[in-house]
Amino acid sequence: MALEHAVLEDLRRVVGREHVIEASNDLRIFERDASIEGAAPDAVVLPATTAEVSAVIKIASKNRIPVVPRGAGTGLSGGAVTIHGGIALQVTRMRKILEIDPVAQTALVEPGVVNQELSLVAASHRLFYAPDPSSQKACTIGGNAAENSGGPHCLYYGVTTNHVLGMEVVLADGSVQWVAGDAPDRIGLDLCGVLVGSEGTLCAITKIKVRLLSTPPSVATLLAAFSSIDAASQAVSAVIGRGIVPAALEMMDKVTVGAVEAHYHAGYPTDAGAVLLVEVDGIPESTRELMAAVRNVLAENQGYAMREAQSPSERDLLWAGRKGAIGALGRIKPNYYLHDGVVPRSRLPQILSAVGEIGVHYRLPVANVFHAGDGNLHPNILFDLRDRDVLPQVESAGEEMLRAVVELGGALSGEHGIGLEKNAFMPWVFSADDLDAMRRVKDALDAHGIMNPGKIFPDPQRKAPHLAGRTGLAIEAKWW
Amino acid sequence: MTTEPFARLSDDDLATCVHCGLCLDACPTFRQTGLETESPRGRIYLMTQWKRGQLPFTEDQARHIDLCLGCRTCEAVCPSGVPYGRIIEAGRSEVEQMRRPSPKRWLARTALRQLLAKPRRLRTFGAMTKAAQSVGLTSIARSGRQLPKLRARFQPPAGGIAPAIGPRKHRVAFLVGCVMPILYPQSHEAAVKLLQLAGCEVWFPRAERCCGALLAHNGDLEGAERLREANMEVYRDSNFEALIVDSAGCGAHLKDFYPELTGRVKDLSEWLVEIGLPAPERDVKMRVTYQDACHLAHAQRIRKQPRDLIRALPGIELIEMRHPEICCGAAGLYSTLEPAMSARILEEKLDDVESTHADVIATANPGCQMQLESGLRSRGSTMRVEHISELVIRAFLH
Repeated sequence: MALEHAVLEDLRRVVGREHVIEASNDLRIFERDASIEGAAPDAVVLPATTAEVSAVIKIASKNRIPVVPRGAGTGLSGGAVTIHGGIALQVTRMRKILEIDPVAQTALVEPGVVNQELSLVAASHRLFYAPDPSSQKACTIGGNAAENSGGPHCLYYGVTTNHVLGMEVVLADGSVQWVAGDAPDRIGLDLCGVLVGSEGTLCAITKIKVRLLSTPPSVATLLAAFSSIDAASQAVSAVIGRGIVPAALEMMDKVTVGAVEAHYHAGYPTDAGAVLLVEVDGIPESTRELMAAVRNVLAENQGYAMREAQSPSERDLLWAGRKGAIGALGRIKPNYYLHDGVVPRSRLPQILSAVGEIGVHYRLPVANVFHAGDGNLHPNILFDLRDRDVLPQVESAGEEMLRAVVELGGALSGEHGIGLEKNAFMPWVFSADDLDAMRRVKDALDAHGIMNPGKIFPDPQRKAPHLAGRTGLAIEAKWW
Repeated sequence: MTTEPFARLSDDDLATCVHCGLCLDACPTFRQTGLETESPRGRIYLMTQWKRGQLPFTEDQARHIDLCLGCRTCEAVCPSGVPYGRIIEAGRSEVEQMRRPSPKRWLARTALRQLLAKPRRLRTFGAMTKAAQSVGLTSIARSGRQLPKLRARFQPPAGGIAPAIGPRKHRVAFLVGCVMPILYPQSHEAAVKLLQLAGCEVWFPRAERCCGALLAHNGDLEGAERLREANMEVYRDSNFEALIVDSAGCGAHLKDFYPELTGRVKDLSEWLVEIGLPAPERDVKMRVTYQDACHLAHAQRIRKQPRDLIRALPGIELIEMRHPEICCGAAGLYSTLEPAMSARILEEKLDDVESTHADVIATANPGCQMQLESGLRSRGSTMRVEHISELVIRAFLH
């Protein structure tokens, strides 16, 4: 539904004519993030300042128009998809690093700052920003905070919320607020903790104060091969069971390794059933000791062809391969569908065999690449959207995998957020009372429900299963 | 003539994009605008919709294709192996067929085709420009102001052969090309001298023409194909180990569009690192920064060799700028066709360049050189831009 002329004029007055996109053909280009579903916004608005964000949200509030904050659009749960139309509030023009305080080890950034850019700039102070989603080359800190993103190194360092000290946000009425700030402890009600990971349903983020960490003086990265996913999973449990918490502990299966090697030539063994990528860091002595311990445990658990990166460039290449893995799957099939469920680590062998069986049952290839150390799965179901009949199968397979996760005592999402893809499954893990408690927080901050509607909470306006069953939306209207 | 719309765009090529978005921040126009429509992912999505008949072709949306620099930085960072260079050239070519004729574009294309068809035409044009410069006429037009001060154009040696210095170890052909000999004869002269020093006998094919890159990058695939055919007549029956190219745009085009030369087209730095230069003869006491030429770094994936050549110079200090792999906004004719966006990209590049406090910016492509020079000139900077060949030859007494 196109916005009224007067509303568009108001928006243009705030951000400037060239920063409001409303041509319907162009809006179609903004309909997706890195997940599957799509729905075009009614306008894309690109503010440059907090004041502009506030003014835009005031206009939206007055006219009861949905507002969906959007960073780079690399999210994997549909968080930035304007499923109920409205304004896509794109923050990519707000990309200034406002301050780096090397003494306090903090940075103040605008939401459109690219994750990796912050670490690049902080490197001159021998500091880095720890949460490192695989999309860190492109994804924004604002998006990371909204989704409470993870990443390989979050096993040891913690996820985004552990690194956000405070935020400036714009609430649904357009008011600008700071939540928390410089103090290491969040005093009073932890509003910042509520807003980080709220997926744009409570506020738009306009500034983020983050913690930076000292670059560890030494790092060791080990690649180990295993004959099967099962063997690799046992090894993961054994490492953690021994009380070792590496900085990162990642797994890729054979399918993924094949795709990754085709692009990166990082030296991953393509004949192994699975590989583990293990990194430890710290002072040189402890790194050496920890790595020796890791090697022992892996060897005891059928690890073979172990190879330690001999130089920073070799390590970078191994990580580039891991972080580009999901994109590399395009070499096998043009589309992927994945739920990032989490299971207790001890259940990894069971869940991975369940995932494998579901793939076989639906005759769909599945590529596993995931944060094994924290039991955070990424079973990528591979398919081709041009094949009309496959989508219901894909969706059912994904749902079954997630169901298996929950049955093993797991959670719906480790880092991608609930968004659009998993909101229908929220009642599997939360009681009506739980959901109601969350709903009351939402209502308190966003009385008219304009902030990213249709996300996180089960959406009564949509039927589950959603992907294949919907009509009128992008996926149905366009792909066939 | 093809009748099916967008026939040149391959649906399978387009389908390799999984929409992950890892390319976004590698794209200079996305970095400037923050808009999905000016990103590689957005452009692929748009072309996919066109190809599948889900969005109608409109002139407004064709602007998103125009605004692509064709730098292919996205291609180098894409884990899925999307052949973006092939997609955008096919897309451009389709756009040129679909769109309503614009006098500016028609003129640009016709002028380009005519100029590049015969080497003599461009030489005459160069001589005229040189004369115009001497009386200050070129400063009237923006694109005129961008030009470097023209010198006497590069002339291959009599007999078309430059002998090896010392024992002859290799026999190579050298692409003189269309604009390089006019705009930057000194780059060619240094390049040829380096090849001779490395033991190459250098052959200059007489009837060689423009490689076709300038045409292909602007959606004129047919014009490029005609030049390729003419050039293959020259190369086909000749005996040479490698065709050496010191202009990144030409090298990329020859590697992609001349299947008969597969494996034999070599960028100058690629070749020199492969065969080895003799030991440097003197120090080059300079602070240098290196700007990756897009068609070298991304299209040919050559980033290490130029840096290796620079680091091997005694006394030199190589300082990396922030984002050396991001385009400077030159992109062939882009700086003329899209001056506003080109200037925005250039400004950011100049900030990064200037913060290195280097004496010299080395690069490997005439377009980049011209763009950086004109940008630095307008900022009143004293930094010089040199082709990597000019920098490396400083280490040799010749």
